[in-house]
Amino acid sequence: MKLPVDGKQAYAYTAGRALDAKLPSVVFVHGAANDHSAFLLQSRYFAYHGCNALAVDLPGHGRSEGAPLTTIGAMGDWLASFMGAAGIPSAALVGHSMGSLVALECAARHPARARALALIGTSAPMPVGDALLGAAREDSHAALDMLNIWGHSATAQLGGNTVPGMWMTGANVRLLERAKPQVLHVDLKACHDYADGRTSAAKVRCPVLFVLGSRDMMTPPRTAKDLQAAIPEARTVVFEGTGHALMAERPDGVLEALIGVVGAPKS
Amino acid sequence: MSQPKYLRFDTLSLHAGQQPDPQFGARATPIYQTTAYVFKDTDQAASLFNMERAGHLYSRISNPTNAVLEERIAALEGGVGAIATASGQAAMHLAIATLMGAGSHVVASHSLYGGSHNLLAYTLPRFGVETTFVNPRDLAAWRGAIRANTRLLFGETLGNPGLDVLDIPAVAGIAHGAKLPLLVDSTFTTPYLMRPFDLGADLLFHSATKFLSGHGIVIGGLLVDGGAFDWDASGNFATLTEPYAGFHGMDFTEESTVAAFLLRARREGLRDFGACMSPTTAFHILQGIETLPLRMQRHVENTRKVIAFLSRQAAVESIGYPELESHPDHALARKLLPRGCGAVFTFSVKGGRPAGRKFIESLRVFSHLANVGDAKSLVIHPATTTHFRMDDAALAAAGIGPGTIRLSIGLEDPDDLIEDLSGALRASQKV
Repeated sequence: MKLPVDGKQAYAYTAGRALDAKLPSVVFVHGAANDHSAFLLQSRYFAYHGCNALAVDLPGHGRSEGAPLTTIGAMGDWLASFMGAAGIPSAALVGHSMGSLVALECAARHPARARALALIGTSAPMPVGDALLGAAREDSHAALDMLNIWGHSATAQLGGNTVPGMWMTGANVRLLERAKPQVLHVDLKACHDYADGRTSAAKVRCPVLFVLGSRDMMTPPRTAKDLQAAIPEARTVVFEGTGHALMAERPDGVLEALIGVVGAPKS
Repeated sequence: MSQPKYLRFDTLSLHAGQQPDPQFGARATPIYQTTAYVFKDTDQAASLFNMERAGHLYSRISNPTNAVLEERIAALEGGVGAIATASGQAAMHLAIATLMGAGSHVVASHSLYGGSHNLLAYTLPRFGVETTFVNPRDLAAWRGAIRANTRLLFGETLGNPGLDVLDIPAVAGIAHGAKLPLLVDSTFTTPYLMRPFDLGADLLFHSATKFLSGHGIVIGGLLVDGGAFDWDASGNFATLTEPYAGFHGMDFTEESTVAAFLLRARREGLRDFGACMSPTTAFHILQGIETLPLRMQRHVENTRKVIAFLSRQAAVESIGYPELESHPDHALARKLLPRGCGAVFTFSVKGGRPAGRKFIESLRVFSHLANVGDAKSLVIHPATTTHFRMDDAALAAAGIGPGTIRLSIGLEDPDDLIEDLSGALRASQKV
């Protein structure tokens, strides 16, 4: 679906389903230089299991118009505006990597919008190394390769994809290549500069789930400890041997974890 | 932190797509010789059918052994994924049927395997898909043949049997300028000698029967998607960008940003046409790919030695191999095929058809049969076999004369091959 948000057309994947005001909603937020397809399986599942599922393309990403937003706070506010434009009072917010910070910030700034929060492959702060940030600033393909290799566990880089016939790292690098110039740099810098994690986490009042990969080189589980400490009642699921690309490496595991917190009624 | 590295070609040839068997720890890829898969419960069953969960439900659509092969070839080619098919011809048909329907048009090289030429020239027109054949070296002809209803440009990386080297960067540029994809048949080159996606191609297929297997014991095809073509931006591919009534109104490009083509090909093409690969076949092809780098090196080395020998023989009229300066694509081959031009080539023996017949029948190590890319050396007479459906004009356009002989050089000791060829050449001149 497409709808205007802040004067620009915004896109969200809904698995081809019309929104139903009577159903609970789940909003998925992708990571840096990604788009809605990062959550394809999980969002499609909820769309057919008693929920409105909306996997957004953030501004400047995928099918959404406009320039990419430069701060996590602005992205969090945009997400709240998007939900308002879509007529969704509240939703379970599910974010991956940069998207997890966006979901967190939306929940902190607009508590009425978040009935649950799932932070996948998250950390706060989320510093980005000079090599990666510099390569992204130059729009160098080396930045995509760093993200692609560090973003997958060593096991996943050998293959064995749950999705038959798909070469995970090949598909991921093509997706990153689709991002417009400078989008990756803007996203990574927004992550790098984000300093409000612990403060925002302390403001969250809804149920929270952390989904982490034990072999995540981008956001190792230890880097989520500040956030976890700020939300002591949160649930945490750690997938052994799994890297940063959790939805791709463990699609069913992530889905099962989400079902618990999103609380979709049986269809 | 230093720049990380991807796994390299030889490592991927052995490992890509496979995790050791989780139940028994088997190192080799198990053959999942099963038609179907037990569902955990009714919800999982429904979710699998509706693509809410990934996995296997019926082996015509996907199979765990086939999936390893599909990932492996995608990894070696630098693609996003692949589909294993019953044959190379099935892969080619699946590509075309996924992209277009009646009223569409293809622009293709005229230097094609006879079966591919037949599909385009005679069979597909019956279903409303027409083809214009062009000289692959004539870039203006490629450009000029594109019509409003053209949906695909197609050629072989090395044309069969004349080894015309397809100028992929140039032809891809023409295709992309018209918002069309370029499909190539990569059978003769394999990803070891050329990775067409790196040069600009969008889709490719293999007859995996040939060099990828090497053993000559199975028939199979592989269709690979490079994942870079923007179907939405093209606006020419309703099969991928508009709701599909055959799958709950699914819009494939909305569903998958980089793999819409594969999604439709699997969910429609494999489902409806059914030209799937047997898992046992996939296992055999995997065994071949494990040694692909080593075999291709030896294929090329042996071919160079054989060609050096033939070049010195008075009974040989001409040799068509792009590494020779006499080949019209020599300069292009040096650019696009630095590791070698494969192991299949043609030559003409003095004395025309009778001498050619005597030559073939005098060989002892070479096998006279309709195949290429085997570990064993092979020989055939294209005009009367693989290309027999083509008329004289089409044969000439494809670089095939009445005395043309095609060799596929195998992995034997090159001295034995040269001695075999030497004896047969002597016999051919006594006719």
